[in-house]
Amino acid sequence: MTELGRHVVRVTDDTRAGLAFLGRVALVTASAATSWRRLRPTAIVRHVYDTGVTAIPIVALIAFLISVVLAYLGAQQLQRFGAEIFVVDLVTIGVLRELGVLLTAIVVAGRSGSAFAAEIGAMELNEEVDALYATGVDPYELLVLPRILGLVIALPLLAVIADVIGLAGGALLCRLLLDIPITQFVDRVSESISDTTFWVGVIKAPVFAVLIGLAGTYRGLQVQGSSRELGRLTTEAVVQSIFMVILADALFAVLFMKMGI
Amino acid sequence: MAQPRVILEVRGVVNRFGSQVVHDGLDMTVYEQDVFAIVGASGAGKSVLLRTILGLQQPSAGRVLIGGRDLAQLSNGELRSVKAQYGATFQSGALYSSLTVLQNVQFPMIEHLELPPAALAELGMLKIRLVGLPADAAGKYPAQLSGGMVKRVALARALALDPQLLFLDEPTSGLDPISAAAFDELVGHLHQQLQLTVVMITHDLDTIFHNCNRVGVIVDRRMEEDTLARIVEHKHPWIQAYFHGERARAREHADGA
Repeated sequence: MTELGRHVVRVTDDTRAGLAFLGRVALVTASAATSWRRLRPTAIVRHVYDTGVTAIPIVALIAFLISVVLAYLGAQQLQRFGAEIFVVDLVTIGVLRELGVLLTAIVVAGRSGSAFAAEIGAMELNEEVDALYATGVDPYELLVLPRILGLVIALPLLAVIADVIGLAGGALLCRLLLDIPITQFVDRVSESISDTTFWVGVIKAPVFAVLIGLAGTYRGLQVQGSSRELGRLTTEAVVQSIFMVILADALFAVLFMKMGI
Repeated sequence: MAQPRVILEVRGVVNRFGSQVVHDGLDMTVYEQDVFAIVGASGAGKSVLLRTILGLQQPSAGRVLIGGRDLAQLSNGELRSVKAQYGATFQSGALYSSLTVLQNVQFPMIEHLELPPAALAELGMLKIRLVGLPADAAGKYPAQLSGGMVKRVALARALALDPQLLFLDEPTSGLDPISAAAFDELVGHLHQQLQLTVVMITHDLDTIFHNCNRVGVIVDRRMEEDTLARIVEHKHPWIQAYFHGERARAREHADGA
């Protein structure tokens, strides 16, 4: 019973601190948006590179493999009905609407969510964050905002790359497994997608990016005292960002269904 | 001689963590051109006091005034300009690990001043030479430096904006006696050349006797502050033990010999 009470108190405190963090990020964003210099373009570019460019190989590989799996599964089932051509629809819609962006976000949450938490956490342990405050520099402006903005730029681009590679993988498998020529694949793709299919996927990317960025930087700034804390909070950052990404994806699915897209 | 101007005042500061009271109505006064040592047992709240003065820790009660301005009443912009008037070093050095030595020293300049790149490079090197570092240290990263060098770089960074007031957190801890003596020498030199006011946390009796003119001892959650000559005679048992204990006696013997 006491354990339960403690847990409730802990969760309440955590929620309150999380909301306070959100508020501060919003305030800093508003005030930094007034000047180009305070948005720190060089730092943003660096984070786009770290979180985006260097993630291209792994994101591309995963997108390729998952579309191969999807096409293979689809082919096995649909061949029985002689409806092989619908494999193309399955791959196209599956990758563009859901899997491309979702898997990209999960990979990025694992890579960059942990990197954000560990980088900022190590700076916190080394008193670097205190040194920033003492110099009159807001760590939220210097450490938090460029990371989130960098990710907001990088993740949609990664999602587009994942979409392209995913479709390429699907096309390749259809060619090898089902003897659907590439030209027919491309024709079928343009028939199966509506105007919104691509955007319904990509629009989710910036939202996922904000969630991952917030979780990573928030947990990083919470680090205090020991390197054990650093490990714990880095894990927490990854688990939470993946959870939030999937939760947001589910909410998006419901939203899009209600909107009839 | 006229009473020197007060540059830093701490009035009735209370710091409470849960049920633990670290400071209970602590007062502290630092005059211009003082070299002020903050002394106290481990856990007496020296670092907490420094963090309170630097604005990293909100006191539960009380005020901190730097140059007569109450930190709690300033807007963000004013606080930024007050912070540009002082420099601080931290116990572990707290150098930005992703930046080189030169970039570390230039960082406060980039943040607070609008300087052309050439002037920035020259000023950065000037500060590095000022603290007695070799020029080839400029391109190194903090992880490549020795403990003594880290302390010097931290000092150079604290001096980047030509502050009037310098805070040092255990500047000689972890240094060998020769490096520590050299660092004391450097701080004394800077104090005289740059007319700096220095506030430092230290355990090092050599540092205190070499540099400091005033001492504040944190005992019983308050501060006893006086000139060095008078605080040595203070009746409080902890202060007696500190200045006249085993180690202090060894020091006196060494001086007498």
